[in-house]
Amino acid sequence: MRILGTGSALPGLTVDNERLMEFLDTSDEWIRTRTGICSRQIMTDETLLQLAVRASEAALESAGLSAADIDYVLGSTVLADTITPSLACALQGALGVAGAALDINGACAGFVYALDVADAYLSSGKAKKMLVVCAESMSRIADWTDRATCVLFGDGAGAVVVGAGEGFLCSHLTSEGNAAPLNMYPNPGNSPFATVRQPATSLYMDGPEIYKFAVQHSVDDLRLVIEKAGLSPDGIDHYLLHQANRRIVEAVRVRFKQPEEKFPTNIEVRGNTSSASIPILLDELNRAGRLRAGELIAMSAFGAGLTTAACVLRWTGV
Amino acid sequence: MIFEKVAEMLADYKGIDVSTIAPESTFQDLELDSLDVADLVMQIEDALGVNIELDPSVTNMDALVKRIEEAKNA
Repeated sequence: MRILGTGSALPGLTVDNERLMEFLDTSDEWIRTRTGICSRQIMTDETLLQLAVRASEAALESAGLSAADIDYVLGSTVLADTITPSLACALQGALGVAGAALDINGACAGFVYALDVADAYLSSGKAKKMLVVCAESMSRIADWTDRATCVLFGDGAGAVVVGAGEGFLCSHLTSEGNAAPLNMYPNPGNSPFATVRQPATSLYMDGPEIYKFAVQHSVDDLRLVIEKAGLSPDGIDHYLLHQANRRIVEAVRVRFKQPEEKFPTNIEVRGNTSSASIPILLDELNRAGRLRAGELIAMSAFGAGLTTAACVLRWTGV
Repeated sequence: MIFEKVAEMLADYKGIDVSTIAPESTFQDLELDSLDVADLVMQIEDALGVNIELDPSVTNMDALVKRIEEAKNA
């Protein structure tokens, strides 16, 4: 698999920390020092499909391709505009792609999981050109009365077009089935036969436990994939980590003894956009001309599940 | 021994004078938030080869040292 094009899309409204202070007992200082976040984009009248379409069209243009070239749409989202149809199906219809459409839910690790799925499909010849789109409406699942969580998240979509190639060097995916530290429950329905109903909830997260899990796993997973690829940490040009908290990125960077330029962040102005965070960051780096053909990119993501995913890929130029 | 080691790691982490850290010093006194504590615990785990569960009831250095001793003896 190799990446042929990148795209991203954000909602129009930017919400800075001062705005949150209007209805939350929080402070800009607390949010910045604890997470690194200064502002984030939040959906108002946009649909998630609209963001996904914009990101997809940008990725297709970046790849010099059109929807007619795509034979598989792979979506990654925790919650789309509809529970069913999937985001990928809605996107397939909106773009006019002739092909299959499927969503995965890998939570914040969704992009790297999706790249791994795409690699398998392309390697097997089951697909030739895939559109991988991560779109997340975190503002819809956060509890906006809970100052510990709602300040962390932003909305957005990131997309890549991928085709066959030797760019995807290796990956490592894990799952530790544990709902306790990070979860959200849906509407239980009104079946007259149900004897147990778990009430619907907003997203819940045990911050310190997830922080520890994320740092430890990210370090271990990155070491593993870098070694698996026959490389060394110094040989990696860019480390793209899931943008959950600036302190996680910094903690991993310090443990790898690498300079700050190798660990780019955009969480300061995007917040945590779940599975969209890495593809949005990738697109921003690509459009800023910061990626050169032949460079090595290591990615690491971690999220509800608890899931983690890491990979090393060679940037083949877009 | 463990207290001295942890105090040294904490002093290094926060860039503070190790003599300002006492067994009764609370994390709040030391201006450590919960993520700082998680980071410190991870460093202790790496250095001492133990596994320590994060526990919100551990709020000062003395309680942390006791938790580490329990982990070492486990």
